[in-house]
Amino acid sequence: MKAAISLKNLPKFTFRKGIHPPEYKSYAEHQAIEVLPTPDTVRIPLLQHLGAPAKVSIEPRAAVKVGDIIAESGGFISTNLHASVSGKTAREGIITLPNGRRVTTIPIKADPEQELEGDALKQAFLGGDWNVNLDEIDASSISKAALQAGIVGMGGAAFPSHVKLMRNDDRPITDLIINGCECEPFLTADHRLMLESPQSILAGALIARHATGATRISICIEDNKPDAIQTMIHAIGDRDIDVKIMRSKYPQGGEKSLVMAALGKAIPTGGLPLDVGVVVLNVGTVASLARMVLRGMPLTHRIVTVTGPGVVHPKNLLVPIGTDFETVLQYCGGLKEEAARIIAGGPMMGFSVTDLSTPVTKGTSGITVLTAKELNAAATTACVRCGLCVDTCPLDLVPTKLAMAARYKHLEVLQRYHVDACMECGCCAYQCPANIPLVQLIRAGKIYNRTHS
Amino acid sequence: MNVSVASSPHFSNTTTSTQRMMIDVMIALIPVVALSLWVFRWHAIVQIGLCMLVCALTESAWKKLSGKPASIADASGLLTGLILGLSLPWSAPLYVPIIASFMAIALGKMVFGGLGMNLFNPAMVGRAFVMLSFAGALGASAYVYPDASSTILTQATPLTLAKESAGASMPGFWPLFLGTTNGSIGETSALAILTGGAYLLVRRTAAWQIPAGVLASCIVLGLIFEFTGISNLNVIQHLASGSLLFGAFFIATDPVSSPLAPKGRLIFGLGVGTLIMILRVFSSYPEGVMFAVLLMNAVVPLINRWTIPTPIGGPIPAKP
Ligand code: SF4
Ligand code: SF4
Repeated sequence: MKAAISLKNLPKFTFRKGIHPPEYKSYAEHQAIEVLPTPDTVRIPLLQHLGAPAKVSIEPRAAVKVGDIIAESGGFISTNLHASVSGKTAREGIITLPNGRRVTTIPIKADPEQELEGDALKQAFLGGDWNVNLDEIDASSISKAALQAGIVGMGGAAFPSHVKLMRNDDRPITDLIINGCECEPFLTADHRLMLESPQSILAGALIARHATGATRISICIEDNKPDAIQTMIHAIGDRDIDVKIMRSKYPQGGEKSLVMAALGKAIPTGGLPLDVGVVVLNVGTVASLARMVLRGMPLTHRIVTVTGPGVVHPKNLLVPIGTDFETVLQYCGGLKEEAARIIAGGPMMGFSVTDLSTPVTKGTSGITVLTAKELNAAATTACVRCGLCVDTCPLDLVPTKLAMAARYKHLEVLQRYHVDACMECGCCAYQCPANIPLVQLIRAGKIYNRTHS
Repeated sequence: MNVSVASSPHFSNTTTSTQRMMIDVMIALIPVVALSLWVFRWHAIVQIGLCMLVCALTESAWKKLSGKPASIADASGLLTGLILGLSLPWSAPLYVPIIASFMAIALGKMVFGGLGMNLFNPAMVGRAFVMLSFAGALGASAYVYPDASSTILTQATPLTLAKESAGASMPGFWPLFLGTTNGSIGETSALAILTGGAYLLVRRTAAWQIPAGVLASCIVLGLIFEFTGISNLNVIQHLASGSLLFGAFFIATDPVSSPLAPKGRLIFGLGVGTLIMILRVFSSYPEGVMFAVLLMNAVVPLINRWTIPTPIGGPIPAKP
């Protein structure tokens, strides 16, 4: 029995402004990760990450095994793709991803016999021994391993991780932040990973520190997950890794907010954490790094939270990449009658989906199904200039001005009010009493600014 | 199953709405209204009721004539009427609330394009219109009603007294604080206003920077005027008399016609407070809240421009 550590007296970190949406974590928080039975077919999109699409490196109708490379990195910011099931590839098709991009996919028809399935898969993915001997690992090989494994940020943005793990002597890294905040309402995939496989996260963190040359590791977890905090502190033991408790607040897990909260450093607008000597990696990302370096397992599966009041049995599932939403939802008992919106990701930053044949990608942290009750269908009124949006923007922008300038296509005003700095977190729109679609307008404003200047 | 699509966020705070904001201000005005009923009886009912009615009618008629969807449900028109009614003298002839309300909505709000588009505080636009058109009905003498059964109504307002007679017969602190003095319907009781104002600040319906700015500049200038003998009122009398507090908490805080960013709001509040004191002490009007708010409304676009916040992380880097 582990002795509980008192969390009360530990300091809590946070950033300015932001919002406190209801958390709704209870739908899936206590559901242990289950393995989705291997689907008949998966369709693997060639673009699942920020940057250039990957290039197909395999013939149609080729036999593949789980983990075989089927497409190779198509540029510096790009990464490899692997078969997520064993089977036979079919002819390329086209699919529209939830974010609206149309991309080519490689379908794979799964063999009836899979070498890794069910409990064995879960054991290989999460269980066993995660001891790591860093002396045996060449630091410069880690970034290559991440590229080999096709690892991208698992929090949602899907930025190729090998770029972050590259050592650059001109720009030394001081801090490695492991992001376990999971601040989106409903989502619990990272939470479950921290509870069920803390050692894989720690191993990955140590490997990432070895690669970047960072001197400190801080694992940041929101205070609405006390069990995850306890588990991580116990798992760390006397290793030189900090657990930082963050106040539950949205967008605590956004890179900008997180670096500000944990280290008091502001990432320059338009810049990266790298610019202030910081690398931020999600807990799921470092766990995949450990899987690759210690077990040679590339990124073929991910943990997806299927949750919300519109799902019959909310679950956390280990899903082969490329599985369609339909199959995943069916395994969770399907949709309830009152389901009103299906979201790839969480309700704050996710994309709404109508086509359930859309596949789970490396960036799909969850499938959230809301009912009309959570969607605020109140009518939009005129902006009353109440300034609530200004009071919640974590980046100190003036969202209402940006939105109006976007609506009326005022390029000069868009720039004067720093439209490009917006991270589209949605705090402003959440709070707006007039229900103005601020983020949607600002997004349009960004595009207008990009195409007209 | 009927699945909808929309842009993120898919979630919004159901406790905030435009209507809720306006109703919040009305809730905050309950103590003020209650006290005005106690002091001015049916005079208050008539003035406030007429203002709210005419404001609602004007807004509905305007929308109807221009073929736009009705907006009365957002309660902003009713709120304008309520605040306007509270800012009038109890004795105003009935054409005053009617014309003031019509002007507040028509000239103060709808010609600009309705809610959110107006530059000036609509209630103050209406009040200024009747003040300038019917000076007699709204001037200092309007407040005094020698035959009134209530003794309160037979006295000049505290600020008029102060202007005319070197402060000798100024009411003491407690009448000013509790509101048993003559004055505009909603301005007499510091206690009632502070109670409602506290509610607004706790609910974050009003930005605290505005009343804080008004009070800060009034206190500083009040002290200066007190010790240099320029004003024959002390600082406490300044704060508790006239519509200073009502203006600070309920008029200057109108979101539409005040700045957006916190820093801008503070500047706005400081400006309103400074103008109130200057107008009170140096102009021929006993009171300065209305003109102070309208003047500052005019510079809000400039203030907004001066106070564009720098994003966290600094400005966008120039393209190389
Ligand atoms: S929160 Fe909405 S109503 Fe208030 S200023 Fe911003 S955009 Fe306007
Ligand atoms: S303006 Fe952008 S960064 Fe600021 S709250 Fe809105 S979405 Fe977030």
